[in-house]
Amino acid sequence: MVDSANSTSDLSSEMEVDAFRRLFPLRFHERHLLESVRPDARPLGKARDTSLALGAVGSADGSALAKIGCTTMLAAIKMEVMTPANETPDEGCIAIEFHMPAICSPIVRPGRPAEAAPVVSKQLSDTILSSGMIDLKELSLVSGKAAWMAYLDIYCLDADGALFDAALLAAAAAFSHLQIPVVSLNDEGRIVVVSKENEGEKLKNKPVNEEKRKLKLRSIPFALTCIIHKNYILADPTAEEESIMETLITIVLDSSCQLVSLYKPGGPALAYESIIQDCIALSRQRLRELQTILNEAMCDMEVD
Amino acid sequence: MEVDRADGRTANQRRPVVCTRGVLHRAHGSASWAQGETKVIAAVYGPKAGTKKNENPEKACIEVIWKPKTGQSGKQEREYEMVLKKTLQSICLLNVHPNTTTSIVIQVVNDDGGLLPCAINAACSALVDAGIPLKHLAVAICCSVAESGHIVLDPSKLEEQNMKAFIYLVFPNSITSVLPDGSKRPGGEAMEHGIVTSLTHGVMAVDEYFSCVKLGRAAAAELSDFVRNSLKLKAGNDPSKAG
Repeated sequence: MVDSANSTSDLSSEMEVDAFRRLFPLRFHERHLLESVRPDARPLGKARDTSLALGAVGSADGSALAKIGCTTMLAAIKMEVMTPANETPDEGCIAIEFHMPAICSPIVRPGRPAEAAPVVSKQLSDTILSSGMIDLKELSLVSGKAAWMAYLDIYCLDADGALFDAALLAAAAAFSHLQIPVVSLNDEGRIVVVSKENEGEKLKNKPVNEEKRKLKLRSIPFALTCIIHKNYILADPTAEEESIMETLITIVLDSSCQLVSLYKPGGPALAYESIIQDCIALSRQRLRELQTILNEAMCDMEVD
Repeated sequence: MEVDRADGRTANQRRPVVCTRGVLHRAHGSASWAQGETKVIAAVYGPKAGTKKNENPEKACIEVIWKPKTGQSGKQEREYEMVLKKTLQSICLLNVHPNTTTSIVIQVVNDDGGLLPCAINAACSALVDAGIPLKHLAVAICCSVAESGHIVLDPSKLEEQNMKAFIYLVFPNSITSVLPDGSKRPGGEAMEHGIVTSLTHGVMAVDEYFSCVKLGRAAAAELSDFVRNSLKLKAGNDPSKAG
C-alpha cells in the first residue's frame, strides 16, 4: 500500500485532474481540505446558493420550488375535505410524502424506489409535525364533521446532496404560500369547494369561510446538513462529497433557535461535543440566511 | 424537584436489562435484549459471499432487515434499518472480509419505549455471538426531556409520549487500555465521549440536548461494563441478569 501511495504522488503530476478525481476521490478532496476550501471553491462552512420560487404549480393550493446549488425540490399542497378522527374532532390532518423519481439521479432506477426516499419522507413528517409549525386546529371546518386534509407532496427533481435541507425549505415555503380555498355547505349538508365560476353569482348557500385565507405559521424550522471528516466540518455537502465522506449530521433549528432535530445516523466518524457546537453555530448562521430568503420570496409574491 | 415516575424509578435509573446470547440455533449468531418490557431479538447470518449491486465490493456489506411486531413494514421500519445499518457499519471492521454480506435480522417482540436503542444493543450482542470482527461495541440508551426541563433516563412508552422530547444516543464502548492515555484523542477528549448516532424527536433547547448527552454518556459507561461482563461468559446459553 505504501508503494502505491508513493507512486500516486508521482502520478498526480502526470495525471489529469479529472482522472485523479475519479480514481482517488478521497485524496482529491483531502488535498482541498488542507487549504480550507472545497472543489467548487466554497469555504468549508458556506452553503451553496439557495433560491426559492413560490407558486410554481398553478393548480395546487400552495406550492414552491426550492434550489440549493443543483439540488432541486418541488413541493405542492392539495387540500381536501374529510371527516376528522373521533379522538381529535377539531383538528385537521397533514399527509407528507417525499418522492424520488428516476429523473433525479443516475442511482435511482425506475421501478425500484430509492433507499433514501422513505427515510427522508419519515424525517420530514417527524420534523414538520413535531416542530409545531402548523396548528392542526386551524385546519378544522365544522367541529366533529369536517376538517381539511393537506396532502403535501415533495418531488426531488435533482438529487445533488443535502436532500433533507432542500425538501424542508420547499415544504416550509409551500405552507407559507398556501391559501385555503373557500367552501360552503351544499343542500345535502356536505361541504363543497366553491369553484371560480360561482364566485361572481350570488351564492345560494352561505360559505363556511368568506375568503381564501393563509395559514398562520408559528416557528418555521430550517435545516443544515454537515459532513464530519477527521477534524473538518463541511456544510451543505454535494452528492459526491456525501458518497466519499459518509458521516452526515443534520441539525434543524426553529426561529427561536431551539433544537428541533439533531440527526446523526451512524457513520465512521464520531461526533464530539466541540464538533456539535460548531455545527450548531453554522446552523444558526444558515437559519438567518434562509429566513431572509423566505421573507424575500414572500414579499415578491405579495407584490405580484 | 424530583420527577415522579410511574414505576417508581429515579430520574437516573435505567430499567433492568436482560441479555441472552445464542437464543436461535440455526443462526450464525443471535441475541435477545430486554430493557424492562421492551424486548428485541437479533439474528446474524454471515458473512455470505457477494455484495449487493450498488455496494463497494472492496468492503464487507451489512444488510439489516427489521421486522415489526405487527403490521407491514413501512417508512418507520426503513428508517430504523438505515440507522442501524450506518451505526453497525461504523463499528464493524469492513476490510477483513471484502466482497461479503452480513445480514442482521431484527424482530421486535415488544415495544415499551426505547425500541431503537434496544435493537442496537441486541444487534451488537448478536454480532459478538457470531464472531464478526468489530472495532468496538456500540452502547445505546434513550433520554427524554420533560416540559419542566428535567432529564429522565430510559423512558417507557407512556413517558416518551408525555415528555416534550426524547433522544436516542449511541456511544462506543468504553476502552480498557494498557497505556494510561491509550484512549485519548489528540484534543484531550476520550474516545468514548464521541457520539456514534443521535436521533431526536421533539423540540428542546440546545443546552438541554448537551445535558442529555452528558447523562447518556454516564449511563452508557455503566451499560458498557455490563455488556463487557455478560459477553465474556464462555457458555453462550447462560442468561445474565443485571439491575
